This record gives sequence, structure tokens and C-alpha cells, in this order.
Amino acid sequence: MNFLDYAPAPESPSILHLKDEYGLFIDGEFVDGRGATFQTISPANEKRIATIASANEADVDTAVAAARRAYDRVWSRMSGTDRGKYLFRIARLIQERARELAVAESLDNGKPIKESRDVDIPLVAAWFFYYAGWADKLDHAGLGPDPRSLGVAAQVIPWNFPMLMLAWKIAPALAAGNTLVLKPAETTPLTALLFAEILQQADLPPGVVNILTGAGETGRLLVSHPDVDKVAFTGSTAVGREIARSTAGTEKKVTLELGGKAANIVFDDAPIDQAIEGIVNGIFFNQGHVCCAGSRLLVQENIHDEVVDRLKTRLSTLRVGDPLDKNTDVGAINSAEQLQRIRELSDVGEAEGAERWSPACELPTQGFWFAPTIFTNVSTSHRIAREEIFGPVLSVLTFRTPAEAIAKANNTPYGLSAGIWTDKGSRILAVADQLRAGVIWANTFNKFDPSSPFGGYKESGYGREGGRHGLAAYLKPAAAAGRVAAKPATTAGRVAAKPATTAGRVAAKPRIETSKKGTSK
Amino acid sequence: MTRLAVAKTYKLYIGGKFPRSESGRTYEVVTPNGAFLANAAKASRKDARDAVVAARAAFAGWAGTTAYNRGQVLYRIAELLEGRRAQFVEEIALSEGASTATATAQVDEAIDRWVWYAGWADKFAQVAGNANPVAGPYFNISVPEPTGVVAIIAPQTTSLLGFVSAVAPALVAGNTVVVVASEAFPLSAVSLGEVLATSDVPGGVVNILTGSPAEIAPWLASHADINALDLVGAGSLEWVDLQISAAETLKRVLPPETGLDAAVPSLGRIVAFTETKTVWHTKSML
Repeated sequence: MNFLDYAPAPESPSILHLKDEYGLFIDGEFVDGRGATFQTISPANEKRIATIASANEADVDTAVAAARRAYDRVWSRMSGTDRGKYLFRIARLIQERARELAVAESLDNGKPIKESRDVDIPLVAAWFFYYAGWADKLDHAGLGPDPRSLGVAAQVIPWNFPMLMLAWKIAPALAAGNTLVLKPAETTPLTALLFAEILQQADLPPGVVNILTGAGETGRLLVSHPDVDKVAFTGSTAVGREIARSTAGTEKKVTLELGGKAANIVFDDAPIDQAIEGIVNGIFFNQGHVCCAGSRLLVQENIHDEVVDRLKTRLSTLRVGDPLDKNTDVGAINSAEQLQRIRELSDVGEAEGAERWSPACELPTQGFWFAPTIFTNVSTSHRIAREEIFGPVLSVLTFRTPAEAIAKANNTPYGLSAGIWTDKGSRILAVADQLRAGVIWANTFNKFDPSSPFGGYKESGYGREGGRHGLAAYLKPAAAAGRVAAKPATTAGRVAAKPATTAGRVAAKPRIETSKKGTSK
Repeated sequence: MTRLAVAKTYKLYIGGKFPRSESGRTYEVVTPNGAFLANAAKASRKDARDAVVAARAAFAGWAGTTAYNRGQVLYRIAELLEGRRAQFVEEIALSEGASTATATAQVDEAIDRWVWYAGWADKFAQVAGNANPVAGPYFNISVPEPTGVVAIIAPQTTSLLGFVSAVAPALVAGNTVVVVASEAFPLSAVSLGEVLATSDVPGGVVNILTGSPAEIAPWLASHADINALDLVGAGSLEWVDLQISAAETLKRVLPPETGLDAAVPSLGRIVAFTETKTVWHTKSML
């Protein structure tokens, strides 16, 4: 053993009390699904974890009906104080069962236990705790007094942060007074099902939260269900487009959190030690399965060689392997399908002339694995500089001036996130102003907080999750009476004295919502 | 002997200039009684694309002005309109067959809406943005920024008021627009273009197309360099198809509004065409 070797320190899955088979969670109970069941496996060794139900059209109908019933009879009539208390209860139960949830998450997803334990699950609890406090303060959400919930929300989440994405969706929806049906990703249903058990422990009224497992077809049925008032989706831009098309012409309010190809910009005066850690965290955190990953490193030309050398040294110390081992830095790729895509795009990168490098590391023989990889000599037209790889693959490009860095950073149809590394505060502010991205990290990367809005520009989707903005995505302004009171005085005053046609036109309700898709149907 | 009037040629307004349609097409604008008023340019797909190019080119400059400056520029539009009330009243009365009083009321309200929105320019960010108390050593702030190029199908039932009600809020945040005017009542829109051209609004910030919304809208809905689509006046078009088409590049879409309160003044109309940017600034160790 040299000084970098660690003895294995695995968490044991024996702390889990998993069932062999899980049904759908509808109206407060687990029921059999009517679609074909499937297995959820551990991507680290391809071993079966449990058999999972699949919801068909009839199941989706039942779940939406349960959510509607719970909305009409219970949740929309409950005081904000009591809704908040349920959310606080849920937050506490998550904290109490944090270790178990972290192990389940790493087992099912393949992410390192140190991430699920220190990032995912603590943030899940924080998200519920944050929105719990909003439930009885909706007058201050920015939509004017007495805003209204939307009704039944259909929520579809991805496999990269299974339980965290669940929290991002469920916490604000419930705080605002909506009921919901949520579909976790096909490959990572486990923590959503454990969460259903937590809801039973919290005694949440039946039907307020319904969880349907299944594949893409289940999600499609759910978001296109006619009795759904709100659609919230996190996932690929391709599916986001499909949802935008399928909800066109409906009254559904839609938020989409889609793909990204973030630029992580390193200026030559950057604090280099922190920058190296930030670059590594930006792209190798969660195996690069992060929509906001810093997958394009833009490094100022004069420090390119130094940065790349130091990155290679740092990458050589990353430990790739058993997700349940507390020493593991990089875990398993979530699925065979995703591994295939990463391999394919990496091969394209080589074929197009970029230079590929990975540290010497021994990958397990079972399961889905991909060594951390850096591409240098990447040009802006390469596919690995344009397409989202969603894996531990970094493309390195260079720039000379801040203007060039900004132009290259913005040269993408995406606009989710970006990073800036420099010691010059005024430059951070100037560059941040120019980047067309929804989340910008200055001298840090991949930080998340329930109070901080998250979401993209351009083809990275629309709407925000987190913070006051994330709450507004589940609310609409009060009905007409409330709106008239908020009407701008000058305009209103003038109109009263006007001839009928114009007066009628103007006297009607002004919209005061501040949500991004404020007047969306 | 009465003086022979000099008739105006109504053209498009693209990139700060007044071209005819590249297609050479015009259509007749008539009064409700069918009397001839003017020939308006019938914009083509190419005109629409030229307008988008102009709007994109103008975006960085307009978005980059200070909020205070944008407010002043928008207020200046109201000032110039005020000085040309008579012209607009006459055009509206003729085109819509409205009484002078009704036409005057429409012009006055349009001017007042410019004033109302001008005042928002340096305030809406304070209402729509905020600092976020994150759990860590970061200064974290969310601010609204303009979405980009916004295509607007203006309300079709009025000459000026609907047009202003749709265009003004999009400009407040720093967006640039391509707007298709009312097909039946395009004259005020073109005359407003003349006001814009002599105000301090940079060329390309507002681009005005006249012609058939049904013909032009699909090209705008599918255009990859447009970020948002306001269908406020598209109620009689196949607007669901337009929204479906807009999904290809995930444009932000506002649906049609019908009735007399279409595009009524609201903060929501400003915020609808903004993107919330959240920046995490790292605090150093002391």
C-alpha cells in the first residue's frame, strides 16, 4: 500500500429493509401495477435489487383521479400552516432515515456514497424544510395577495439525482397547495418508493402524493393526461420538446429543466488550486451525470498546459469503483444505455481529432463503468464540444481574451449554467453579465441550495426550481377580485372616464403574476 | 381651389429603415365601409427573416443599456406620440370607423401605457429578483434578464392600443421584437414606426411587419433565432400549430388573448420575457 491506497470502507446494504417487489403508490397505498413489471438493478454490479411495477394508462387515470380527489376535498382546503407542518414532518423523517436513503440511492443509481450521504440526501431534507416554511406565507411569493394553487401536477424526473429531483418537484408543489403524481426514472425508482413509505409514516392524507413507476410511456401518459393542470419535467431536451409540443394549446402550466453544455471559464489569474478542484467537481461529480456539469473547460491559453498537467495529476488520484465504498470518488455509470452513449461520443471525439486521455485505473469487470476522461485540442465545432455527453468526459478549449471566452461560452443552444474562475471581482461581475445561462458559479461549481433558483436559458428549458421563483411556478394570481385591487392606479383612473370600447378593454383584470410563464395556458 | 393632399406610402420598418416588402407585394387597407385608404406592404417570409436578423443584431446593444436609459427612451416615445396625437386619431378614426372621441381615447391610453411601462424599466428587477440566503459562504443573487428576440402577433382588433400593449412590455427588460401588426388596421403601426425612428429607440429594436399574420407567423414560430413568441393576437390563426412549431427550439410562448382586455398592462407581461439568472459569488476567508 502506498500513501494513496485506502482499505475498503463499504457501507452495508444490510441496513436497508427492502421489499422484493414494489407496487405503485396511489391514494396512500401500494397497489399492483397493471403494466409489465421490470427489475431495478445496481449499475455497479448489474445485480437485481427489486421488482418494480409499471403503470399503464388505467393506473395513470386512477392516480390522477386520486390526486384530484385529494386536491378538491383535502389539500386545497387545508390551511397553509397545516400543509407546512406535514412538510416539516417529512423533512425530519428524511433526516432521521438519511443513512438508509443514502445507501439506497447509491445502490440504485451508482453514485458514490459520499455524494448521496453528503450532498443528495441532506439537500432533500433541506428542500422540504425550506418549502415547508413557505406554505403559510404564499402572500409573499410575488404574485400578489392570496395566490392560488394550480391543481394536480404531473411530475417526471430523471435518474441522475433521483431523490433530490423528487424533492425539487414535490416540496414546492405541496407548499403551494397542489397535489401531484410523480414518475421517477425507470432505472432509479427505489428512493421514490422509500419516500412513499415516509409519507405513510408522516400520515400525509391519501392521494396528495402519488408515485407511479414505469418507463417513458408512463411519463408520456401522465403529462398528456387531460386532468393535469401543471407539468414539471427534468430530463433531456429531446423529451422536453416533446412535452412542449404535447401540452401546446392546453391550459397546463409547464416548467422544463433540460440539458446543458456548460462552459467553465478559467482566467489566468484564477486561484489555481481551487480552480483545479472546481473543474474536477464540475465534470466528475456524480460521474458527470449532471445537466449543469462544467463539460466545456475554457482555459486561458497561457495557462492551458499548466492546468491540463495539474488536472491529469489530480485525476490520477481519483478512486473509481464501488459506489458504497466511502473512499470512492467516481461511481458507476447509471445504465448500459448511458454507457453506450458516452462511449459513442468519446469515440467521435477521437475520430474528429481531439486528444483523449484517461488516468490508469482499473475498472470493475461487472457493471457499467467509464474512466474519467479529458479531451484536449477540442475545437468549437467538435461534437464533444456541442452535445451533452452526460458522463465523466471533459472537453478542453482555449481562449485569449474575455470577449472570446464569452463568445465561446455562449456558442451553444443550451444555457443552463456556467463557471468563472478569476481573482478579479470586477471581471466576475462583467463576465457573469454577459453569459447567457441561468446559474453561474464564480470560483465554485455545482453548488445547490433550496433558496437558490435553478433553471436555464434557451434550449435548457424554462421556469425555475428553488427559491421564491420555484414556488411561483406552482401558483397563479388570485381570481379577478384580487387582481382589480392590484391594478395600476394611473391607468385605472383614466379609463373610468373613457368611451365604452376602450374603457371596457382596460377595466378588466391586470395580470400581476411574476412567474416566468406567467400567462401561459 | 382646394389643395391636393399628399398621400403617404405605408412601408415596413426593419432595422431602423423603411423598406417595401422585398416581394414587391402590397394589399389594400380599406375603411369599414370598404373605401380605399392606402396600400400597405405585404411582408414575405424573407422580410420576416430580415427582421429577425435586425432584431438579433440590435439585442446586445438594447439589453446592454442601463435600465434608467431604457426607461428614458421608452418615455420619449410617449412624448413624441403626444405631439402627434392628431395624426393617430385621424388614422384610427378612418381605419376603424370610430368616432373622434373613441379614437382619441385609444391614442391617449396607448400613450399612457408607454409611460407606465417606461417607469417599470428600472424597477421590475427589484420586484422580480432577490438575494438568496444560501447555506454557505456565498453571495447569491437572482436577477431577471431579457429573453432575447421576441416575435409578437399583435392584437388584431385595434390599430394602436393592442400593438403598444404587446410591444412595450417586451421592450422594458431589453428584448428586441419582431411584430406583425393588425392585418386590418396596420396604418397606426407603421406610423408608430415613424415615431420610433425619430425617437431614441435604436434601429432594429422594434421591427414592424404588415401583411398576413397567417402567412408570416409560421415562419416566425419556427425560426431558430427567435427566443420567445407572443401569440396575443393570434387567436384566429392556427395558433396551437404555431405553439407546437415553437417547441422545436423551446421558445417561451404566451397564448392568445381575446376580448377587450387583451394584453392589459401588467408586470407579468414584462417578466414573461425575462430569464432569471442566479449567480453564486464565493466569499473569501478573512
